[in-house]
Amino acid sequence: MTESHETAVHAEHDHKPHGWRRWVFATNHKDIGTMYLIFSGVMFFLGGAAAMGIRAQLFKSGLELFDPAEFNQLLTMHALMMIFGAVMPAWVGLANWMIPLQIGAPDMALPRLNNLSFWILPFAGALLMSAFLVPGGAPAGGWTMYPPLMEQFGASFPMVIFAIHLLGISSILGAINVIVTIMNLRAPGMSLLRMPLFVWTWLITAFLLIAVMPVLAGAVTMLLTDHFFGTSFFNAAGGGDPVLFLHVFWFFGHPEVYILILPAFGVISEIIPTFSRKPLFGYEAMVYATASIAFLSFIVWGHHMFTVGMPVSAQLFFMLSTMLIAVPTGVKVFNWTATMWRGSLSFEPPMLFAVAFLFLFTIGGFSGLMLALVPSDYQYHGTYFVVAHFHYVLVPGAVFAIMGAVYYWLPKWSGRMYDMRLAKWHFWLSAIFVNVLFFPQHFLGLAGMPRRIADYAPQFTDWNMVSSIGGFVFGAAQLLFPYIVWRCVRSGKPVGANKPWEGARGLEWELPSPAPYHSWQEPPSEAVLAHGAEH
Amino acid sequence: MNKLSGTACDARQRGPRHSGGEAQEGPSHGARLGKWAGMLSLAAAMTGTLPAFGSGWDLLNMPRGVTNVSTRIYSLHMMAFWVCVVLAALVFGVMIWSLLFHRKSRGAVADVTMVHNTRVEIVWTTIPVLILVGMAIPAARLLVRINNNTDSELSIRVNGFQWGWQYQYLGTNVSIVSKLATSSDAASMLDSHINPRSVPHYLLDVDHPLVVPVGEKVRLLITSVDVIHSWWVPDLGVKRSAIPGFINEASFTIDPDKPGVYRGQCADLCGRGHAFMPIVVHAVSPAAFETWLKQQESAGKQVSSGEPAPPAAST
Repeated sequence: MTESHETAVHAEHDHKPHGWRRWVFATNHKDIGTMYLIFSGVMFFLGGAAAMGIRAQLFKSGLELFDPAEFNQLLTMHALMMIFGAVMPAWVGLANWMIPLQIGAPDMALPRLNNLSFWILPFAGALLMSAFLVPGGAPAGGWTMYPPLMEQFGASFPMVIFAIHLLGISSILGAINVIVTIMNLRAPGMSLLRMPLFVWTWLITAFLLIAVMPVLAGAVTMLLTDHFFGTSFFNAAGGGDPVLFLHVFWFFGHPEVYILILPAFGVISEIIPTFSRKPLFGYEAMVYATASIAFLSFIVWGHHMFTVGMPVSAQLFFMLSTMLIAVPTGVKVFNWTATMWRGSLSFEPPMLFAVAFLFLFTIGGFSGLMLALVPSDYQYHGTYFVVAHFHYVLVPGAVFAIMGAVYYWLPKWSGRMYDMRLAKWHFWLSAIFVNVLFFPQHFLGLAGMPRRIADYAPQFTDWNMVSSIGGFVFGAAQLLFPYIVWRCVRSGKPVGANKPWEGARGLEWELPSPAPYHSWQEPPSEAVLAHGAEH
Repeated sequence: MNKLSGTACDARQRGPRHSGGEAQEGPSHGARLGKWAGMLSLAAAMTGTLPAFGSGWDLLNMPRGVTNVSTRIYSLHMMAFWVCVVLAALVFGVMIWSLLFHRKSRGAVADVTMVHNTRVEIVWTTIPVLILVGMAIPAARLLVRINNNTDSELSIRVNGFQWGWQYQYLGTNVSIVSKLATSSDAASMLDSHINPRSVPHYLLDVDHPLVVPVGEKVRLLITSVDVIHSWWVPDLGVKRSAIPGFINEASFTIDPDKPGVYRGQCADLCGRGHAFMPIVVHAVSPAAFETWLKQQESAGKQVSSGEPAPPAAST
């Protein structure tokens, strides 16, 4: 009976092409969002496979599986796949799905551009992955691609640079679309300061993307011309400066890490109020804190390179500006905490991921503060302490937020509820073993283990073994995720007319579940807006 | 529990940078807090199925090192660590309180009027600023001190290459090429079937170590012939990138009562051999150093002509 009811509902809205045309010629933001998320999931598992290889190699002292050159390829490709293939497309996918629903827009403002920005990705991803297949293998200089090392790699070098160009173009187009959509397609009455925080954080992220992706493109293009056209941007023998690359790269690189994490702040700011059954504490402070973090991200790049021999005054500047980031970030953490305070909390899977985010991202923030102190950084730089730090902010930070977001909005997308018990298993295995995986890496780094080494002295074995075991279990637990999503979409229990989460607020919850293929064709009225903002 | 004395028979002397066989050892890995022991047993219980190698469980913290700078870096690191621990205790405490007592299942009713509070928001913006200023002041002082490379008594040019280090004692004809010890090299090969634990200082031993005097300020002029490397010896508190075409300065003064062997590794990815270019520093008394340097100088003609120049860049 539910079946026939659903078919009827679908038929009403179902003006869409069928078969492959629906996807290849897609202009619907929901279809494109879905494709982004699927692409991201595929890259997450490919990048994860590389990570498993790395942890297997490091399981104990003495080379086990890979030649050091292959190991360096794995760690380079792991980072490129995870950053450009998994996390960034996941955020664009969520933006596609949620921004129109949340601001009362019928679609993204530039649907054909949207199609292009997605369809660049599979080709860029394939080009990136095929670097493994050419003679000499994939680039092995780390995702930071520092010259002159980067220029020692063979046929794959221009392929990866072209792949980065393509990924960058895709990101810029996606960002333009987000900005135009938010600026022009908000429902009447939705002023900027009434926008949900996910929309706000994405708006700021989109500006960051437009500002820095061209910088990356410039940096890698200079690498390319140094290598093939005899320029000497980074070649000291020709009057260039390898450190110039570091400056340009990190001028992109630091905003880039906020591109990966700012939308996560938005997601957490949606989930915590819902499951605290309480409005977000300090909404405006959250918006301003996000903007401050984005601004500061442009003036802290030097903290990635304290040991390259910058003048003391520059090191001081970068130390102080970096420490300053702790203030708006602290404001965010305090606001989330205050949102839970005197709330009425329940712990469905999205909330579990959000709470884990809160604790573990904060730990990553603390190690970030320690790293900001230049003298200490002289000891931390280039060690596993840094690896632990950025994995704490990226895995239980960005990745947990993405998973929380999927568990939060999946009932809205599919109209069905997933298996809560399995999702909780997925959460607990992830939350426990992500710590077994990354916490010991703090010890390893402090005790003197450099990062990106293919083999290590025997005294580092014990904590590496713990870390590897944590990695294997964490990795295996992630297989639950696509299974849970697939089962939900195929045969989950329909959520019906009610909101799946009683505390959820916002325009997306004013729509039926699943959200109709064409939603908000009539902009929501002020009454709907106000109702959406209530509990 | 603070083991600061430089006793040669410190039973917990298993650090990567100390050679067990030396007559005079550097101090142990700095203060290890008693609390770590509890964490260790917890971790050991968590991973109870692992064979109890017991060689590296106590490697948890930064070494105090053997120079004034490294000790001060260690203190700064511990200060920052404890500040973070206290802040984490406060913030996590409030979070955990909410998680425990403000649950719907306990009948908690949400206070939906609580949307913002300017006074509280000002407080939690200003207090972090004050804490940060408190941390920045000692850090800035130490930074200025570390970057003062004047008044050195000995200058050594450090030249990184793929994969090893060349040391040139300026003003002499003494030049050392320092590469991974052959015992480690053999054991590191694929399918070598040599247990790395049977190799003394696996991956942390070189054929020709850098020899320096204790108690004298040594200045390093660090560069590279091919790609970017990074010269790092944790016990000396020195890490500087070696950049082709540019010369970086760094300096250290090893405490006069801390002669010993100090080990480190390249800290910037530099290609296939990145894991295989350790740094070993022999710190000896000034008198012993002078004798050694004279010996090297007189043998210098043979050594320098016999030593191969650092190989050119190759993949």
